Amino acid sequence: MYKEICKKYSPDKDNLIYILHDIQDTHPQHYISEEAVEVIAEYLGVPANHIYGVITFYSMYSTSPRGRNIIRLCESPPCYIKGSENILRKMKIMLGVETGGTSKDGLFTLELCACLGVCGNAPVMMVNNDVYGDLTEDKVEEIVEKIRRGN
Amino acid sequence: MKFYRSHILVGINETSLKAGVQDFIQTLRLELKKNNLQEEINILETGPLGFFGKGICLSVYPENVNYQDVRIEDISELVSEHFLKGRPLSRLMLDAAGKFSPILNYNKRIVLRNSGIIDPESIDEYIGAGGYEALEKALTQMEPKQIVDEVKKSGLRGRGGAGFPAGMKWSFTAPIEAVQKYVVVNADEGEPGTFKDRLIMEGDPHQLLEGIMICGRAIGANKGWIYIRGEYKLCIERLEKAIAQCREYGILGKNIFESGFDFDIDIRIGAGAYVCGEETALIESLEGNRGNPRWKPPFPGVKGLWRCPTVVNNVETLANIPFIIQKGADEFLKYGTPECPGTKVYTILGDVAHPGLCEVDMGSTLRTIINDYAGGMKKGFRFKAALVGGAAGVIIPDRLLDVKMDFASLNQYAAVLGSGAILVMNEHQSIVDILWSIIRFFRHESCGKCAPCRNGSEQLYRLITKIKKGEGTMDDVELMLLIAETMQQTSFCALGQSPIMAIRSAIENFKDEFITITSN
Repeated sequence: MYKEICKKYSPDKDNLIYILHDIQDTHPQHYISEEAVEVIAEYLGVPANHIYGVITFYSMYSTSPRGRNIIRLCESPPCYIKGSENILRKMKIMLGVETGGTSKDGLFTLELCACLGVCGNAPVMMVNNDVYGDLTEDKVEEIVEKIRRGN
Repeated sequence: MKFYRSHILVGINETSLKAGVQDFIQTLRLELKKNNLQEEINILETGPLGFFGKGICLSVYPENVNYQDVRIEDISELVSEHFLKGRPLSRLMLDAAGKFSPILNYNKRIVLRNSGIIDPESIDEYIGAGGYEALEKALTQMEPKQIVDEVKKSGLRGRGGAGFPAGMKWSFTAPIEAVQKYVVVNADEGEPGTFKDRLIMEGDPHQLLEGIMICGRAIGANKGWIYIRGEYKLCIERLEKAIAQCREYGILGKNIFESGFDFDIDIRIGAGAYVCGEETALIESLEGNRGNPRWKPPFPGVKGLWRCPTVVNNVETLANIPFIIQKGADEFLKYGTPECPGTKVYTILGDVAHPGLCEVDMGSTLRTIINDYAGGMKKGFRFKAALVGGAAGVIIPDRLLDVKMDFASLNQYAAVLGSGAILVMNEHQSIVDILWSIIRFFRHESCGKCAPCRNGSEQLYRLITKIKKGEGTMDDVELMLLIAETMQQTSFCALGQSPIMAIRSAIENFKDEFITITSN
């Protein structure tokens, strides 16, 4: 499967970030496995340690398995002054996890991120590819429940 | 061409999409038809309208009435009141007069002249609004050197934050003989509070493409890259669509306008790293590496992407180019101040009445921007401070509200214009708290390449956390200044050099708060 994804791109090093995005998005647990790194390294002809360096540098990538849905809550100043800390506290209780953790049912991983560029509607979070703004404690509860039911 | 009595502009953005704007438009269409108004009232799907609601926002032209947070349930009342009876529906209007729209009410616009007015997904509407005329002029009537000279004459300064003269930047790269040159657009907007580039691209993607191509012609490049944040989904979609439309119309590709000029543009998606807004880090990332900044010199203009001469410009900078070429530098010089001509696009956030997007003359005061464009403070709140320029910016207290916002004037206060974010804080916000949040951001985003930034930001975070908890002393505050100053002098790139701005301005302007919290 990893090989198939690699082949969508020409074997040039500058496609690495694209390939990593694609592999991570395709994996049900949204991460880049050791096996994937080996396949990419061979395909692009670059050392595996270069690929690890890149994966760990960018905040969107993960080397360990994550939940089916990834919640990325913004903690930058504009969201912070609008109460993102309260949202984070609420989320941790609701999902029973710490930052970076995955809920027991494997449905959610809670992550923090710096600025999603939707500061006009702070506080903001992204669940997978969807942006949710003007968050309140009630609203995040509703969103999480809705996704839970959908799964 | 068909004429309509009114146009309903519907802002399509992340928020309105989330609120179900597609279903909304469908229902609105049906309702207009039901009332036999479909030939009289036109619906236009467009980009940012300049103000943010919690849901779907509309502007009605030519009445110039703005509605916010309109729901599907409101449609039948809206149509019957406003469009049948001609009485604007006051309960959904943006403010009492309903006329407030920072983006649409003011005429002095260059970058946002089409935003909120044309359909950003239609190349025909862009062309109808005078789009690609500048490119045609640049390709058929001007020599590359003339283009560079015109941009130089316009005095346009880079809008990414540093304010380096754009024409001068181009003039370094243009004369270099090379097999390959590139234009790289820095659309990796990671500064907290700044998202004007996203809105510029969402509102008028073709204008950016036109700017890139003109730059390509001026410096002798035939390939452009847009390096854009991975989170900007709608933006990426719109740019991809715009590029495809250009290829279809022969505006991108070989022999554009039969001038012998070839040019193509591709998009590259980032993966979440603030430091990639630094031009050499961005180039590293484009090449498939970690986004560590490079040593300068050589500057990218001489050795950039794959060691080829490369001009890296911010989105807003390039979005100014079509206007300068089409109307001429003299027209551009009528805007702004003699030292900093043109306009500046800001996003205004926080405790103001109407958070939003606006474009104002360079040199407008902070007070004007907050009062006239953001509707003043949110009801019941008093102004305390504004964080200008994002995390890498400064905290401005009320005694400096009349500071002119341009590169030269802000310099006098050791402040920067930054990338165009204004975060307004009310009297209940704690400066220590906000500074903590800013430093946490720097600590998280330090790329780790150089020790002053890597270790310095960690130490700053440790100190500010201690102070925030009420366990610090004024010596800790002084130590923070010392560390940040050392970082400013010794860090490899602008990221490590920046925390001093926020720290110094916070401590100088709000010393009382630090004294109170440390003496408890």
